[in-house]
Amino acid sequence: MLRFLLGRLAVLIPTFIGVSIIAFSFIRLLPGDPVALLSGERVMSPERHAQITHELGYDRHIVIQYLDYLWGVLTGDMGTSIVTKQPVLGQFLTLFPATLELSTCAILLAVILGIPAGIFAALKRGTFFDQSIMGTALVGYSMPIFWWGLLLIILFSGILQWTPVSGRISLLYYFPSVTGFMLIDSLLSGQEGAFKSAVSHLILPTIVLATIPLAVIARQTRSAMLEVLGEDYVRTARAKGLPPFRVVGVHALRNAMIPVITTIGLQVGVLLAGAILTETIFSWPGIGKWMVDSVFRRDYPVIQAGLLMIAGIIMIVNLIVDLLYGLINPRIRY
Amino acid sequence: MADTTAIESISLDPSRRARLAEFWYYFSENRGAVIGLWIFVALVVIALLAPLIAPHLPYAQYRDATLLPPFWQDGGRAAFPLGTDAVGRDMLSRLLFGARYSLFIGVFVTTIALVGGIIIGVIAGYFGGWIDTVIMRVMDVILAFPSLLLALVLVAVLGPGLTNAMIAIALVLQPHFVRLTRAAVMSEKGREYVTAARVAGAGPLRLMFRTILPNCMAPLIVQATLSFSNAILDAAALGFLGMGAQPPTPEWGTMLAEAREFILRAWWVVTFPGLAILITVLAINLMGDGLRDALDPKLKRS
Repeated sequence: MLRFLLGRLAVLIPTFIGVSIIAFSFIRLLPGDPVALLSGERVMSPERHAQITHELGYDRHIVIQYLDYLWGVLTGDMGTSIVTKQPVLGQFLTLFPATLELSTCAILLAVILGIPAGIFAALKRGTFFDQSIMGTALVGYSMPIFWWGLLLIILFSGILQWTPVSGRISLLYYFPSVTGFMLIDSLLSGQEGAFKSAVSHLILPTIVLATIPLAVIARQTRSAMLEVLGEDYVRTARAKGLPPFRVVGVHALRNAMIPVITTIGLQVGVLLAGAILTETIFSWPGIGKWMVDSVFRRDYPVIQAGLLMIAGIIMIVNLIVDLLYGLINPRIRY
Repeated sequence: MADTTAIESISLDPSRRARLAEFWYYFSENRGAVIGLWIFVALVVIALLAPLIAPHLPYAQYRDATLLPPFWQDGGRAAFPLGTDAVGRDMLSRLLFGARYSLFIGVFVTTIALVGGIIIGVIAGYFGGWIDTVIMRVMDVILAFPSLLLALVLVAVLGPGLTNAMIAIALVLQPHFVRLTRAAVMSEKGREYVTAARVAGAGPLRLMFRTILPNCMAPLIVQATLSFSNAILDAAALGFLGMGAQPPTPEWGTMLAEAREFILRAWWVVTFPGLAILITVLAINLMGDGLRDALDPKLKRS
């Protein structure tokens, strides 16, 4: 196990260094003077320019600048936003729970619906049910989710008036943020209707963000299940006279889940990319919308830090998935 | 039709025609794939003939006819079958011209990603060693970012616009081709026919691209269809975020961005461009599933 972990870290650390080099060079690749871009001051005297250049450390050797940047990253100094003048890390930590709450709900929905749908399709292979489930999954997989979100707003917020259009909770409610998760905080606040309001704000974004992972998980579950159902040990289990739900639920499912878990882990990147679109449509105050807004405001330190932190999250989750893999798959012994 | 191709596929004639017939036999077994192919052909025809079949120019603004509903609703006019947008442009004409942009984006992005990915992948797989390590670490770095985020930031660096968006998306999609090519080349490299070609005096370039590469094409073709649909989706997403094609270009994602403020007043300006994206991407993905079944020998039912 330890050897495996070290092996994975041997790949992960160079990748992280590469990611940090990309984030570091990003500001220097921008057209224009990075000093002017970073300070946010468009017109300045040569003396002021030299002063800021020195303050930013830009008059040092590029390698020293990079090492300094890397040291800052490792000690939690992610730079300061040009627009708000606040430390980027603090902003990230305030906004991240919103994205985490939305992504968690989305992946839960995708797993809860996707795995049974995939199993069912595999068991009924070739039938009308199989074809309709897989047809729906392919539509979901091909869905431009930014359009899908707008359609749901037209139907549920416009015509039916069931759900609100944007935000995380109605402005009627105010309570201190304890966990950062609106569902939990609204319950803790004890205010009547707050939880319901939080849920109603969460429903549409969750559906939109879950669409592609749901389709991918259903397709992957079906094909993994079909492969396993053709194995000899499943035939043996059937021949022994075990009840079908035991054959499927215990013998087949356990092995079919191995590639599915990997697929679920790979959805983290899909979720964070999807969050960019979903949060923009629903004005969801998470890191996806924050990144888009920062691109428009040319808030380069935020973009730089956001790139690094999002890539870091994905890498860490993928490492965790790899480790989990060993726990559920006894054939892999680290 | 199916019967004759079935017989041909059994024959051992190694000619290109027979292989094509065998391919079509497996491809046409998948009904969805054939439907996808027909929709795709129709889209290509629409894109090519857009100036001839569109009732209006895509940029023409009819100031007396803003936000008209489609013809079957009250207030709709037959002259504007799918209605008009906020400045009185014909939706149908803009959608027809939009097919040109989406297909061009797919072709352009896939070609760049495929050619770049193959060259880098063959080099990594053929030479191995430190060259391979460096190339694959760089690819890992690109893959560590969500593709849309990296494309968005790249466009922020390069400047918004369709060309830059396409370059950014191609760069982001290209590592998948590198990985596939490298893996295929590494597994083919040790085979006897490669050794035979090397003994016969073939140079490294010929070995890489003439001897080995043609035998690695199947997974690359499948990945290319996936990239084609991803490119269209990502370019539309960037257009929607205001970072891709710029108004008044009739690109579907950009049209959606312009229509956003009217979603609760005029459903048609939002519904049709997205539907066009969905149909195009769905058709390509249907074809991709069929291609995978037809080209992947593991899945062929013998």
